[in-house]
Order: sequence, then structure tokens, then C-alpha cells
Amino acid sequence: MTIENLKYRFDNGTTTRGVTAIVGVLGSGNLEVLVEPAALGGACEIEVKTAANGFGAIWHAVMKDFFARHRVGDIRVSVNDAGATPAIVSLRLDQAIETYLAQGRTKK
Amino acid sequence: MSNPKQARSSYYESSARARIAGLLEPDSFHEWLPAAERVTSPHLATLEQPAAFDDGVIIGRGRIAGKNIFIAAQEGGFMGGAVGEVHGAKLAGVLERAVRDHPAAVLLLLETGGVRLQEANAGLIAVSEVMRAILAARAAGVTVIVAIGGQYGCFGGMGIAARCASAIIMSEEGRLGLSGPEVIETARGVEEYDSRDRALVWRTVGGKHRYLLGECDVIVPDSIAAFRQAVTACIDNGDDWSLAALEREHQMLAERVQRFGACKDGRDIWRELGWADPDAIAMLDNDEFVAAAHGHRAKNI
Repeated sequence: MTIENLKYRFDNGTTTRGVTAIVGVLGSGNLEVLVEPAALGGACEIEVKTAANGFGAIWHAVMKDFFARHRVGDIRVSVNDAGATPAIVSLRLDQAIETYLAQGRTKK
Repeated sequence: MSNPKQARSSYYESSARARIAGLLEPDSFHEWLPAAERVTSPHLATLEQPAAFDDGVIIGRGRIAGKNIFIAAQEGGFMGGAVGEVHGAKLAGVLERAVRDHPAAVLLLLETGGVRLQEANAGLIAVSEVMRAILAARAAGVTVIVAIGGQYGCFGGMGIAARCASAIIMSEEGRLGLSGPEVIETARGVEEYDSRDRALVWRTVGGKHRYLLGECDVIVPDSIAAFRQAVTACIDNGDDWSLAALEREHQMLAERVQRFGACKDGRDIWRELGWADPDAIAMLDNDEFVAAAHGHRAKNI
């Protein structure tokens, strides 16, 4: 078994205050998503480590959709995946970004 | 104090992070070595296996019922909560820090199959260090409380570590043992132990059986609120780290071998403990069970 490492960058996102958030679990058919604030000039950088090889095109589509939905910039998204389906990945990404932003609103 | 959103949520169904959030007072949790620090397993990376950001265990400090405690929670969803080198070092570290800082208690939310096979020797050493750290914390006057109620139970070396603690809280769904059911079946054959026979599994390693044998001190329904209440009571009870308590424990264990050594099944033990209808035990809800168990446990102190 090898791990595939995928990297994506989306520019021109909106800078929004948030607090580092982690959601999900690295278990079979699931994934964990870590969202952190990062000074990236408005960009959103995503790194995926996945145990399931050869799905780069699908990952790219899912991430493009994710960025189109939220357009959040200056964040670093790190994903550890154990074979989650695209639908699960999208839900986890939404959950992660919502947690990140909600914590940013409540933290003084 | 308690978080109303968590009041009715299942401990069994919750992730390790959700358990911490539900047990502790809101916003009181401070994590050490959080996910963002990426202190991950070097062994899994060598084997080209995915490694969780927190190596499957969350540690930190927080407040419960107004008391400052240290807490560690194993995530069963990542490799069955198995203990690797980093994971074990985090568990031992939180206990060693307790020796220095004297929190009101250390709470260990255990959910684990034992040593992580990919990290073999490092994992085994880590588990022995956790055991030593639990005893060191108790010797320093810190109460160490173990909670077991997750899907993966608490097995292997961590089953022994759990029994080194001041108190164990379990739900009926929780399981505590050394070799897990699948391990016994693999080693000794299905005739010896059918790991798919869930009734057999639960009357061998389940919460009710462990409570009747005296290994589990408090049994609670499967809710985070019930676990929180039991943890608070265990903190108030403190720890009996006396020679007399140790001798009582040894006497209880010696009597147990004498009384139950010939028993072939959990039911035989329950009959010996004075339960007229052992088969009815599985159907009792938690309150009925605790009431009926009075005077029918192997530990009556």
C-alpha cells in the first residue's frame, strides 16, 4: 500500500476569520479534515493524503466544488483519507469549514 | 454547567472528541499536542500507511463539575484505538504531568484493541509505560479514572492498564478484557470461543459481567451525561491507595479463582453469585440491574 499525495490551490478567496478546526476520523471509508488559518494572499491550499490511489481527477472536482461553495481564502486544508466516497468528502469539508468559521465568530 | 446539546447523546456512538466536549464544561478543554502540531506516527509513515494528525489519542486539561482534571481519549475509529509509540507517549505524558501538577483526577476514556501491530515493540513498551505512569500518578495521590463504553471495548495491554486505575466506569455496551474475542477464536478455534456469538461475548467481557465480577466499579446507561455523573462521583470518592485496600483486592481475586475456577460460562458464575435466573440479566435496564446486583457481586466491599 502506498499513499497518494495530492495538492490543490485556489486563488481569490475571501479572507474570513476562523479558528483551527478538525473534524472526522481517519477510519475505513472516512476521513479527517484539518482547517487552519494561513497567510496565503487570499488563496486556499489543500493537501490530501489518501490510501486509495488513482482518484486524482475526482479529488480535483470535489475540491473545485468545495471552493466554489465557500470561497474562503487564507486557509490551509489538510486531509487524511481512508477511502471515503466523494459525497462523504464533500460533507466533511463543509463540516470542517463551518466549524472553522463558527469558532472564529465565538472566539474573542 | 453541562452542555444541553450533549445531555442525551450516546457515549457509544460518539467520537473521542465529542466525548471530551460532552463530558467537560463548555470551553474548558485545552488540548496538548493538538492535530495542528502534526505529531504523527513515524512507523506508519515508513509503512506507507495513513497517519492521523493526533495519532488517535486526544490529551489535555479541562473542568468537570468545577474541578480541574487532565483527560485523555482514544479514538476507536482510527486503527481500533490501537496504541503506537506516539499514542502511548501522549497517554503516559498526561499521567506523568499529573504527578507534577496534581489535578483533581486524570480521566482516561479508553477505546482500544491494545498494541498497534504495525509498531510492535514500540507499542508494547508504550503500554508498559502507561501502566507505570498510572501507578505513579496514584502513588502521588492523583485519582485515575477509566471510562469504557465505546464500540471497540478495551483490550490487550490496555485492558491491564485499565485495571491499574483507581476506578473503572463502564456501560453495558462496554467490553473489557485481555485477548479480544476474535483473537481467542483465531488462536483456539471456534469451538472454544465463537466471536460472532454476541451474547457469549457480552457475558464474558461485557459491562454487566465486569460489574458482577467486581472489576468495574460503576455501571451506567449509555449516555455521556451518565458517564459525567459517574466521573464526578468517582472524583469525590477519591482513591484508596493503602496496603489494606491492596490486600482486600488480592483476597477478592484469590476467592474468585476458588469460587469460579471451574465455571465454563458467565452464566455459571452468575448462578454461583446467587442469581436465580442468569438469563434474565441481559434484559434488565441499568437501574434494575444495579438494584438486583446488590449482594450478588464478587466484590461486596
